[in-house]
Amino acid sequence: MATVSIREVHKHYDDFHAVKGVSLEIKDHEFVVLVGPSGCGKTTTLRMVAGLETITEGRVLIGDTVVNELPPMDRDIAMVFQNYALYPHMSVYDNMAFGLKMRKFDKAEIKRRVDNAADILGIKDHLHRKPRQLSGGQRQRVALGRAIVRNPQVFLFDEPLSNLDAKLRVQMRVELKKLHQRLGTTAIYVTHDQVEAMTLGDRVVVMKDGLIQQVGEPLDLYNTPANKYVAGFIGSPAMNFADVIIAQNGSGLVAANNAIKIGVPEHLTAPLGAHVGMPATFGIRPEDLRIADGSEPSTQTFEAVVEVAEQLGSEILLDVSCGPNSMVASVDPTVRVKPGEKIRLAFNPKRAHFFDGTTEAAVRG
Amino acid sequence: MAVAASTATPERVIVPKPKWRPLESERNLAWLLLLPTMVLLGLFIAYPFMRGLMLSVTDSRVGVPGEFVGLDNFRKLAVDPIFHAVVWNTCLYTLVTTIFKLALGLWLALLLNRTFKFKAFTRAFILLPFIIPTVLSTFAWKWMFDPTFSVLNWMLYQTGMIRVAINWLGDGDLAMLSIIIVNIWRGVPFFAISLLAGLQTISPDLNEAAAIDGARPWQRFWHITWPLLLPVTMVVVLFSVIQTFADFQIVYVMTGGGPANATHLFATYAYQLGVGTGLLSQGAAVSLAMFPILLLIVIAQLLYIRRVEVR
Repeated sequence: MATVSIREVHKHYDDFHAVKGVSLEIKDHEFVVLVGPSGCGKTTTLRMVAGLETITEGRVLIGDTVVNELPPMDRDIAMVFQNYALYPHMSVYDNMAFGLKMRKFDKAEIKRRVDNAADILGIKDHLHRKPRQLSGGQRQRVALGRAIVRNPQVFLFDEPLSNLDAKLRVQMRVELKKLHQRLGTTAIYVTHDQVEAMTLGDRVVVMKDGLIQQVGEPLDLYNTPANKYVAGFIGSPAMNFADVIIAQNGSGLVAANNAIKIGVPEHLTAPLGAHVGMPATFGIRPEDLRIADGSEPSTQTFEAVVEVAEQLGSEILLDVSCGPNSMVASVDPTVRVKPGEKIRLAFNPKRAHFFDGTTEAAVRG
Repeated sequence: MAVAASTATPERVIVPKPKWRPLESERNLAWLLLLPTMVLLGLFIAYPFMRGLMLSVTDSRVGVPGEFVGLDNFRKLAVDPIFHAVVWNTCLYTLVTTIFKLALGLWLALLLNRTFKFKAFTRAFILLPFIIPTVLSTFAWKWMFDPTFSVLNWMLYQTGMIRVAINWLGDGDLAMLSIIIVNIWRGVPFFAISLLAGLQTISPDLNEAAAIDGARPWQRFWHITWPLLLPVTMVVVLFSVIQTFADFQIVYVMTGGGPANATHLFATYAYQLGVGTGLLSQGAAVSLAMFPILLLIVIAQLLYIRRVEVR
């Protein structure tokens, strides 16, 4: 087990700059998730750590060794691929044993390790089958088994769950988490699914356009996103945004556009003071909105028109329009509203976010 | 509720008038779909084959209908020294060319499977020997092997490797070597392109997974690429063996079977006996002698392919 250090790493493909200076220190035993939309450079970064892509610029260290020039086999890593990459002509046993055979382990030790891994993963009964005779979930387990038998320093996961159906994905997610808790091997996990990132990662790295947007523990990203992109990417349903202009109003500030006019919460008055007269983006998560009951000050409410009410049982998602913006509010399941109805929504001022109109960086109190 | 509703509205059942639809019977349709293939196969394969069989058990010559002589023609072949040479030549020719075509074709396919500039262009270019009509390209080769005008001799002479012109097609062994070279040249593209197609069905992830698993390039080829390519390889080899075993054009143009029958193959010898000399039944017997040998090869390979695919 080891640390992984990614230092100012760049990747150029001819004239395409895929990774633009990524730096990341991954601690021993840590489970770090790289998340972002396709083309954000997350997989390329992972493949550079694996040694499957050359590093154009910068350094990658595993433990205290610079591995830039080392071939994959000498980096003491294991990787789980999106499509499992099981050897189709070999049995499950041989698939798991291949890496050990290549490294010249003796037969008894290979058998011990494969049996042990098969035991952990619950695939003991399938050892003599071929990959094509297995279900997607079982193949995924074999791929995991192939990785853990070698007891490597680092696990690399390249969207390992994206080929599974929704139910199995949730189940395997839990198993992966358990497996990591049991083995404690340092892991780097790439996904485009923010739910996977939030549930699996000790820390989550949000990437976009070859750059890291924010690194942090899942709840940090959720509660204090560094910018509008992270705010919108993390969380489902996504954070609501409204473009507003900041204006002075007596001793306080207001944020307004042609549909809403809300008071800037006290803790943000000072930092937003510099933005008076300038555009900003107001952000609020669906669960921080509720139907106003009249008890709250009018500066913490705004009017909206219900378009669709989605009954989820535990909550109702109200799709509302609010001037030019569409928003989603997660409200109490007892609320009864009809499409087209005008309602007043109240927001939790402590949970309101504001982002700079030009840089999109979060404005913090 | 539902019961009450169904009694309230009377049901309306529409039965369409039966029409005459002969093709809805699977039996009729099957025969109809099989018919074109059966006619073509019967006319151009089964009928000539039967005629050949019948011809081989008579003593017909050009202009002479001939009578039934049983297996006389085959008995004659059994003691014909030229025929013995033909069997040996054909087996040697097929074996040597197939080994080289497979080795070179696989090597080329592996190279072409990489990413490089002008990849598509190069892949198309590789096919050239395969596209040019064999007779034309073989004439060009014949010119290159010509003792007087040979460009090969000229190069060897200019580089000081020989002092006397080599008579490529005048010496039995060299003539065999020459036709083998031409056959390899012509056959490699087919191997390369077919094997390349096979290689492209192998996910690059497998090689990457093996690299991470600690396999060196040669081990990756031996443990991953080769076994996964094997079914394609076997089919390509099977095709090639059949083609090469019955090869005619290259030998006919290059040497005509000479010098002194040293390069005769089944097809050229059958042609020479049957058409050149007019001994139709003898020629037919030579052609048919190919059949059991090819049949054995095909059966062996098909069994092997089946085994590989089941694996």
